[in-house]
Order: sequence, then structure tokens, then C-alpha cells
Amino acid sequence: MELVVFYVAAAVAVVSALVAVSHRSPVVNVLSLVITFFCVAVNYALLGASFLAAAQILVYAGAILVLFLFVVMLLNAPSEQPSPEPRPVQRIAGLALAAITGGGAVFLLLAVHVTPGVAPIDGNAAALGRLLVGPYLFAFELISVLLLAALVGALVLVKRKH
Amino acid sequence: MAIPTTHFVILASLLFAIGAGGVLLRRSGISILLGIELMLNAANLTLAAYSRQHGQLDGQVFVFFVMAVAAAEVAVGLALLVAIYRRIQSIDVDRLSIMRW
Repeated sequence: MELVVFYVAAAVAVVSALVAVSHRSPVVNVLSLVITFFCVAVNYALLGASFLAAAQILVYAGAILVLFLFVVMLLNAPSEQPSPEPRPVQRIAGLALAAITGGGAVFLLLAVHVTPGVAPIDGNAAALGRLLVGPYLFAFELISVLLLAALVGALVLVKRKH
Repeated sequence: MAIPTTHFVILASLLFAIGAGGVLLRRSGISILLGIELMLNAANLTLAAYSRQHGQLDGQVFVFFVMAVAAAEVAVGLALLVAIYRRIQSIDVDRLSIMRW
């Protein structure tokens, strides 16, 4: 049963990811990436990471992609036109590099010996929170500084000069 | 029956390759940022998968941190896009050559 859910989620994720990077309309790109992120959230749930599944939907599908959609509307971004000068070398090189990246990742990760035993864990909010304010307290505080810096940086970048 | 870790790893690699292809082949700035998001998600999925493999929650904490960094990156990246659009009225990265020497 779990395996069926995984295969369905994986297939939908890959197809919608392909649409997200290949369709010319930016709105279609963003909306199909929402579907991919939902499928990744399903995968988190299958992995026993219930908090991450909720955070994935809230932060990625909710906040980040709405921000993307907002910018697409704000800039009135047109659909990407075919390049005036076709550059077959760059296109083939880009596809090859992407294939090498993905294939190399599969190769390297599968070369690592994976013991068949899978330990059941429960990544609920309480367990993660205990780690966050325990061993990872310093990183947790740094993240808040980083987010503040990003907020100020974004404001400064889009500020109009008077 | 639990799903083997390798299944998640292969799915993550596929998503990463698709994201990398998007970054390398697209010319719209927004699509490039979307490709980066896809690659970050693939890395997150691997972290969560190995977190379960080893029975430790630390991997999931790292996913949480990556999500926060991704949110910061998107905010700055989209602000840069808006600033670029104001300057050259386009988000086509091919037309963005003002910093080329």
C-alpha cells in the first residue's frame, strides 16, 4: 500500500517537475512546481517526517511559491520566446551536464552501502523542537539572523531611489 | 512493508537532474530560481531518507535549516529579479550583460 502511494507520488512529482522546467509560461511553471512540492510532502510523510511534511506545504507550496507567483504577476513576465539565435552546442551541453549530475548522484548514492534495515522514526514537532533548542540551538539562532538579513536585503534591493 | 531508502534516493536524483537542467537551459530568471528550488527539494528528500535509514532525527533538522535558507534565498533572488526588471525591462538572463567586462 505504501509502495503504491510512493510510486504514484514519485511519478506525479517527476512529470510535474518536467512541466515546471520545460513549459514556456511562467505561471504554468510555478503552478506545476506546487504539485511537485505537494508530492515531496507526501514522500516526507511516508518517511515518518510528519513535521517536515507540514512545513513543506506551509513554507514551500504556501509561502515561497505564492511569492514566486506574486513576482510573475508583478513583472507581468511574458512567456519565454524561442531564442533568436539557436545555440545547439549550449543546449546539448546543458542537457548532458544535467544528465551527468543526476546520473552521478544516483551512482554515488547507490555506491554507498545501504543496510537493508530501516529504522522507524517519528519526526513530530516535539521531537524536532527538542533537537532544535538543544544541540542545534546556535544554528537555530543563526538562521533567525540570516532571515532578518535576507528581509533587510530584499527591502534594500527593491527600494526606489528618490 | 517499508519503502527502501534507495527508492527515495533515486527519486531525489531525478528531481535534482530535472532542476539542474532547468537552471542550465532556461533563460527566464524566474525559471532559473524555480530550478534551484527543485534542486534544494531533492537534496532535502535525500536528507530525510537517510535520516530514516539511520534512525536519527538530525537529518530532519538539517532539512528544516535548508528550508529556512531556501526561503531567504528566494526573497533575495526575487528582489534581485525585480531590481533587474526595473533596469532592463526584462528578466531574460541573456540580455543581462551589464556586469560583463
